[in-house]
Formats: sequence, structure tokens, C-alpha cells
Amino acid sequence: MIEHFSYIVTVFLMVAGLYVVIARGNLIKKLVGLSIFQTSVYLLYIAPGKLIGGTAPILAPQYGIYSNPLPHVLILTAIVVGIATLALGLALAVRIREVYGTIEEDEILALDHQVEAAQEPRGEQREEKGA
Amino acid sequence: MSLSAQLPALQVVLPLLSAPLAVLLRRGWLAFAVVTAAAWAAFAIAIGLWLQVDALPSNGVISYHIGSWAPPWGIEYRIDRLTSFVLVLVSGMAALVLPYSRASIAREIPQESHYLFYAMLGLCLAGLLGITITGDAFNVFVFLEISSLSAYVLIALGRDRRALAASYRYLIMGSIGATFIVIGIGFLYLMTGTLNLADMAARIGAIESSRPVLAALAFLTVGISLKLALFPLHQWLPNAYTYAPSAVTAFLAATATKVSVYVLIRFYFSVFGDSLVFHKLPLPQLMLWLSLLALFAASFIAIFQDNLKRLFAYSSVGQIGYITLGLSFDSVNGLTASIVHLFNHGIAKAAIFLLIGALVVGIARPGAAPPAPTFDRLAGLARRMPLTSFGIVIAGLSLIGVPGTAGFISKWYLVLAALEKGQLWLVGAILLSSLLAVAYVWRFVEAAYFQAPPPGRELKREAPLSLLIPAWVLVLASVWFGLDTSLTLGSAVEVAEGLVRHRP
Amino acid sequence: MSAETLILTALLLPLAGALGIALAGRAPTLREGITLTTAVALFACVLQLLDPVLAGERPGLTLIEPLPGLPIAFRVEPLGMLFALVASGLWIVNSIYSIGYLRGNRERHQTRFYVCFALSLAATLAIAFAANLLTLFLFYEALTLVTYPLVTHSGTDKARRAGRTYLAILMGTSVLFLLPAIIYVWHIAGTTDFRAGGILPAEMDQGDLGVLLALFLFGTAKAALMPFHRWLPAAMVAPTPVSALLHAVAVVKAGVFTVVKVMVYVFGPERLAGATDWLIALAGFTILAASLVALSADNLKRRLAYSTVSQLSYVILAAALLAPLSLVAAALHIATHALGKITLFFAAGSIYTATHKTEVSQLDGIGRRMPWTMAAFGIGALSMIGLPPAAGFVSKWFLISGVMDQGHWLALGVILASTLISAAYLLPVLYRAFFRPLSAEALAHPHGEAPLPIVLALTLTAAGTLALFLFPGVPLELAQQMLVTQ
Repeated sequence: MIEHFSYIVTVFLMVAGLYVVIARGNLIKKLVGLSIFQTSVYLLYIAPGKLIGGTAPILAPQYGIYSNPLPHVLILTAIVVGIATLALGLALAVRIREVYGTIEEDEILALDHQVEAAQEPRGEQREEKGA
Repeated sequence: MSLSAQLPALQVVLPLLSAPLAVLLRRGWLAFAVVTAAAWAAFAIAIGLWLQVDALPSNGVISYHIGSWAPPWGIEYRIDRLTSFVLVLVSGMAALVLPYSRASIAREIPQESHYLFYAMLGLCLAGLLGITITGDAFNVFVFLEISSLSAYVLIALGRDRRALAASYRYLIMGSIGATFIVIGIGFLYLMTGTLNLADMAARIGAIESSRPVLAALAFLTVGISLKLALFPLHQWLPNAYTYAPSAVTAFLAATATKVSVYVLIRFYFSVFGDSLVFHKLPLPQLMLWLSLLALFAASFIAIFQDNLKRLFAYSSVGQIGYITLGLSFDSVNGLTASIVHLFNHGIAKAAIFLLIGALVVGIARPGAAPPAPTFDRLAGLARRMPLTSFGIVIAGLSLIGVPGTAGFISKWYLVLAALEKGQLWLVGAILLSSLLAVAYVWRFVEAAYFQAPPPGRELKREAPLSLLIPAWVLVLASVWFGLDTSLTLGSAVEVAEGLVRHRP
Repeated sequence: MSAETLILTALLLPLAGALGIALAGRAPTLREGITLTTAVALFACVLQLLDPVLAGERPGLTLIEPLPGLPIAFRVEPLGMLFALVASGLWIVNSIYSIGYLRGNRERHQTRFYVCFALSLAATLAIAFAANLLTLFLFYEALTLVTYPLVTHSGTDKARRAGRTYLAILMGTSVLFLLPAIIYVWHIAGTTDFRAGGILPAEMDQGDLGVLLALFLFGTAKAALMPFHRWLPAAMVAPTPVSALLHAVAVVKAGVFTVVKVMVYVFGPERLAGATDWLIALAGFTILAASLVALSADNLKRRLAYSTVSQLSYVILAAALLAPLSLVAAALHIATHALGKITLFFAAGSIYTATHKTEVSQLDGIGRRMPWTMAAFGIGALSMIGLPPAAGFVSKWFLISGVMDQGHWLALGVILASTLISAAYLLPVLYRAFFRPLSAEALAHPHGEAPLPIVLALTLTAAGTLALFLFPGVPLELAQQMLVTQ
């Protein structure tokens, strides 16, 4: 049990993050869930690369055990990607708030449906408005 | 070192550099010139690589070591026939869409953000080319995110506010998909200790039935399926395609999902192909049924759409079903059908979306922003915009798979593969689904050719040539590749034989 | 010119014509001039191929190879030669007629009409000369698509609905049945070339053979075998020249031509022995059922359409009998029915142009005002029934001889019964026209013959119907050569 500790944490974060993304209607909360979900992947990569007592791979006689540096490097890249995704997601949330006045998914859908229903009969006036 | 040896690196680096350059230049037309030049250079390089692969013996591979670090430690770019095929498709599409976009976005995107549009398109192109060319699993993920993030931005540039919501939804689903892919790659890395795809393929045989490897296969399948919009993981696609600027829709429809299919083929047939893992999970059956669902459900939904762009977006989901159906057969003919259809559908669908872009310019009031292409606005279109309408019809015939168009070739191989399996009902299902395509294409035909144009709109007002020429190049291509198939079919057969036959 | 060049010219001429017509769209006289010139040139070109084919040559031409081992290729053999001669020859007459009809009725979109017409001829000739199933299928679908705008020509709701039926049945069956049949042939035989004696492997079992035959038969809905015949009456909303040349000659004959060609050159008559009983029964049923519907139809074009459905099944019946004489009859009937039926449609269109009447019951006494038209109608009717001195007699003679050879009494019964019914639905038209007095309503609206081009065209085809009875030499020779195994 204890030797799988890191995996248990990873899987918990993974499932919890995914749950938040799917179950929450608030755009910000969805992004929080997405970040948690991505964080679990960082752990998935880094934990197996770490040896207890291991150090960075410095070639010196006093260090015998090294941790694998490659997963760390990979995850550094993944963190950058994650941040970029989060930033873009937040930017979109801000823009959505500006044009819809809300960041609740169901309200946005309702607003879109209202617009579509109002436009249903004829399209000619809509063009003037769009212009 | 000669230039021709550096082509693989330049293929990605040129478009990648064009993006920040476009941002620095800021001027709309300068940014346009830089990114267009980069796209055409990329296209030329892709053709150069094609010729280099052609000169190699059958199934030859060009291996390029980034920074001269030898694989499997360094990142390797590997170009074989399939890679080169997809590179030509993607870069060629960018080379056509960019000249088109200048006139198209003038109406759809505010002048001050034009340079951002070009920068994002350059970035997206770099990402897609990178995914295709790289031989390193983690690199696939990084490039995937580069192309996806820029695609989210491109979609959000759409004029309709629903573009923002569509982009946000795509971001969430795309990121989940990408994360699934990283998890799959992570498992494979943990089990094989390598990220180089070729190396991974060699090592995976020994541990083929271990549970993490099977889990990796499952995660990769779900993740990539999200990216390629396999039914029912397609929900992001219709809105994203509908509300994105026309040029973006055309570019993404022809390339983004197709490159994801390429990644799937790479993992299924190159990495897992040598081992028996593929047969340990009911993946072929699952793929088969989901593909059939896509063919029927998505095409059926398409028939009832009121917005032409959304109609063809759903049609894309259906057509992707043909590609994955071919994969699920796990045979030479099936894989041939998939690869050929990846190309044929790409050009036909891009042609249609480009023409819809021309169409909305034509139906807009002078000086006004283009309206949505709903059917009530398309009445009598053929009289006002004969070239645009006729182009959509021809490309639509290719979607149906009428003989003499490119779509027929894919369908022929798909049916042949189903016959080989001895599954006659499947032959019927494939052909029946193509009749659904007739139904949605004919909705357009009837509206454009048989309804009287609204009063005051009878005058002929064709879209500008800068929009029509790139679109018609693709329309003609989708007829040309239905008649002369030495290029498409020839390479697809060679690739499929290489990927399927060398298994034990 | 060498035979290869001739084939290519024959295929490209109508395409070039279509282009010329499209460019000359604003000048009606020039546009019609181009149509006529193209038609004459095309016929001359096809005629040049006749001698080599009669001499036993089978000139061929390969264009391009879209699928490995499966080129788009053409090869002129006797049956295709016969079909091409009939289609291109009648196009000349039909063009003359179209000019009179379209001008007389002030139809709109005339340029589109002539362009699509020329394109349909190109597709028809390509079908006639096709050297393999892929080429045949390619142009079979093309023919459906280019005739679609002609069917929906008027643009009314009725025309649009008819267009949907047309497309749904023709394209639906060809994609669902014909295409898998072709791919299956390719899968088991490794070729789709037409070869005398058939191409199917010898070890194929009889059950599969039957299924394949059914797929081909139902896939070729252009042959209007029941239950896939509904598109033909629906297509009658088209202007009469379309009904005349396309839906009495080019399109429907492309259907039965495909059927005969597949039975002779893909299956081979020997291989089919014993597998066609159901087909004889179905064709017999179609003949009788369609004749009965024709009997009850009051609309003249609808009556003629159902007559076509029934006559097409004569060809299928004749082919399904598999006797050498009946196969000759099948080929001959393609030609003789074409001439007779086009005459009948010309007459129907002539009546419509002069009087705007469409129903049989309105035709009382019309023979006195339009003697040429109704005389031609009479000759066409004789040909349909199969009486001398009209061409229909020749093919019916061979058909009955074939039936006698096989001793197939059911088929004989069907033929005799249908002859009587067709007399019953065609002769009353003549009776009304010549022996009933003009109605009061007709007396109030005096009219004469239709415009000259129309009368000229229908006189020509009526004369042709008679001539073919007297000199059936060339078609007969071609039909007999079809059976020679090389």
C-alpha cells in the first residue's frame, strides 16, 4: 500500500480534477479542475523518476545515486504548456464575461438559445444589427 | 552541411519563426507577407522532402537528429512516406488558405488584430508540421499543444460571440484529450524507458501484455479520439467550425483532425504494430461501431442543419467515421482507404469551407460584416454566384463519393476491405451512409438552384477572385485526384503495405 | 483518322459542343447552330467506326488508370456500336425537334437545356463504348447527374419532387446494388473488363451467381425493372424533347444496354443457364403490370412512359432467355424501340406545342387538324405493338423465335398478352384522333400543325421506323456479331 502512495495521490488528483471539469458549470471552476487534472500528470511523470536519497545527476565522487533528470525536464515543458492553457482559458473567460455578462455555462447556453429563437422567423433584420 | 540535409528542421522552424516575427512587425500586410512566405517555403520543403523520400528505396526513412544528439537520447525527426504525405497536405493547405485569408478576414476580423491572426496561423502550421515530422513521443505532445492553443485563439477570433464559447469548449475538451495523450505516453515511457517512437516500437514486444501498456493504449486512444472528433467525442467540433472565421474553418477542417488521425495511425501501426497488443483489447470492434455511429448519426444530424457551415461541420464528423472505419479493419485495403480518405476528404472539405467563406462575402450587404450562411439566405444563390455554387456542388459530389471524384477512390477501397472481411452487411452500411451525404448536399443544390432569389438580390455578384482561385484549385484537385491517383493511392498503398504487412 | 482518334473525338465532340453552347448562350441562333453541327459531326464520327467494327475490329482506347489495374478505357464492340449509332443519330433529329419545341413553348433556361443535353450525349456514348465496369459505372452516374437539371427544368415544385425521386431511385440503387456488385466482381475475378464469354471464375457457386445477378439487375434502375421503375413516369415532367431522347432512348437504353452487356460479357450466357428463371418471371410481370397501368393512364406522356417500362422489360426478358436468337432480339429491340418510342413522344410534344393538350381524352378529332403528327403516331404505335410494316415487328419476330427455341411457354404467353394490351392502349388514341368528331371546346380554339421543325423531326423518325423494317441489315449484323466469341 505504502509503496504505491504516490500513485494513489496521482489517481485521486486525476479523477478529482476530471470530475470538477465535467460537473461544474462555472467557467473558472472548470479551469481549476483542468489544472488539477494536469497537475496529476506532473506527479505521474516525476514520482517514478525520483529515488529516495538520490540527487541531481552531478558527476562527483561523493554522490552515488542519481534521480532520473529526464522526467523533470519533460514536466518543466508540460508546466509551461499547462500555464499557457490556463492563461488562454482565463482570457476566454474574461471575454465571455464581457459579451455575455456571465460565466455560468447554463446561462450562456440559455442566452444563445434566446438569440436563436428570436432570429428564427426571418433573417433580414438581423443583418442590419450584425453590421 | 548542405541545405538539403537541413530540410527536416527548416520544415518546422520557418513557420515557427514567422509567428513571433509577424507579432513584432505588427502591420497587417507585413505579417501577411511573412507568414505566407513561410507557408510557401514550408510547402516547397515538404515537396523537397517528398522527393528525397522518393529517391530512397521502398519504406526508406530520413532520420534527422536535432542538435546532432543521436537517438534515442536526442530528439529525432523521422520522415517516411506517410510523414511526407501528411506534410505535403498540411503545408499545401496552408499555402492555399493564406492568400485566401487576406480578403476573407478583411470582413470578419477587426483590422487591428490581423497580425495576430497571421501569427496564430503560422504557429498552428508549425505545430501541425511538428506533430507530423517528429519521432519523439513527448515532442508530439508539445507540438500538439502548440497547434491546439493557436487553434483555440483562431476560433475565438470569429465575429459571432458564440465563437468565444465554442473556443472555450474546444479548449477544455482539447486539453483533456491532450492530457490523456500525455498520460498514455507517460505509461509507455515508464514501461519502455524511451520516448523515441521507433525505439519504443522495438522494446514494446517484450512487455506487450502488461497492464500499463494496455492502459497506455486505452489512454492514447481516448485522447487522440477526442482530438480527431471521433463520434461521440466530437461535441467541440460543430460549434468551433461554425463560428470560426471561414479561413480558419477551412484550414482546421483539412489539417487538424487529419494530423490527429496520423498520430493515431503512428501509435496503432508503428508503435504497437509489431506486438500483439492491438488484439488484446476489443479496439477494432469498438472503433468499428463508433465509426458506423458517426457515419449515420452525424450525417443524419447534418441533413437537418439550418446553417450551411454547421451542416458541413457535422458532415466532417461523419466523414471522419470513414477514416476510422478503415483503420478498424486492420488490413492493407482498410488502411489504404483511411490514408487516401484523409487526403481526399481534406481537400474536398477545405474547398467547401473556402467557398462558404466566399459565399458569405457575396451575400453580405456592401460594407457590412458577412452574415451566417443560413438556408433562407441561399435561395437562388446559383444565379448570383454561379462559380461559388457550382464549386460547392462539385466538392459535395466528392463527399458523396460519385465516381470521377476523389471520394470515390476512398469508398472503393473501403468497400473492398469490407468485402475481404466477408461482411456484406458492412458493405451495405457504408454505401447506405453515402446516400445520407446525397441528402445534405442536395439540400444545398435545391436551395441554390431552384429557389427564386429574394427580391432585389437577383444581380450577379460573384466573390472576389482572391477567394475563388484558392477554393477552385482545391475543387479541381478533388476531381483530379479522382482520376489520376498515382500520387495519392500509390503512396497510400505503399504505406499501408509497409505498416500492416511487416507484422509477425 | 485512326480508330482511337475517332473514339476520342466521339467522346470529346459533345463536350466541346457543350462548351460552345455555353459560350454562345446569348445568341440563340448560334447556340442552336452549334447543337446541330455537333450532332451531325458526332453521328458522322460514330458512323466512321461502323465499318471497322463490322469487319471484326474492336478498336480501343485507354485514358487513365484511377485504380491500379482498373483503367478508364473504351472498346467499341457491336452492341455498343449499335447503341451509339442509335443515340447519336437520333440526337440530330431531336435537336431539330428541340428547336421547334423550345421556341414554340418559350421555355426558359434554354442554354442550360442544350448544354446538359450535349453532356448527356457525351455520357451516353461513353457508356456505349465502355470497356470495363468501372468506366461504365463512372458514366452511368454522370448520366444521372447531367440529366437531373433537365428533369427539373421547369423549376416548379412538381419538377423538384420528380427530381428527388429521379435522383433517389437512380443514384440510390446504383450506389447500393450496382457498386458493390462491381467491387465484388473485381474482388473475385481480378478484372472488370468486358470479355466475350464472361469473366467470372469457374468455381463460383450458383447461389452467389444469382445474388450477383440480382445486384446488377436492381442496381441498374435505368432499365426500369419493377419495383424500381417509379423514376421514369416521374421524369415525364421534363420538356418533351428530354422525354423523347433521354427517357425513351439514351437513359433507359443505357440501363438495358448495361444489363445485356453484363449478362453477355461479364457472366456469359453459358454460365447463367438455369439462373435466370426468376428474372424471366420478374420481367414478364413488369411487362404485364406496366402495360396495365398504361391502359388506365389518361395523360399521354404517362401512358407512353409506362409503355416504355414494359418495352424495356422485353429487352431484359429476351436477354434472360439466353438463347442466341433472343439475345439478338434484345440487341435489336434497343434500336427498334428507340425509333418507335421517340416518334410517339415527338407526336405527344407536337400536340402539346400546338394545343397545350396533355390528356388522351382531349384528343377527339385531332387527326384532322394534325394529320402528319397523328400519322407518325400511328406508325410508332404499330412498332410498339410489333406489327408490320414497322421496325418493332423485326425484334419481336426474333424474340418469339427465341422463345420457341427454348420452349418457354410462359414467356410466350406474356408476349402475346402484352401485344394485345399494347394494342389496347395505343390504338384507341388513333381511333379518337381520326374517327371521333372534334369537341365543342376544340372547335372554339382552332389550330393547325405544330411548327415545322417539330413536324420535320417526327416525320423523319416515322420514316426511320418504316425503313428499319425494310432494311434491318446493319443492326441485325451488329446484334449477331455480339454473340461471336473471339
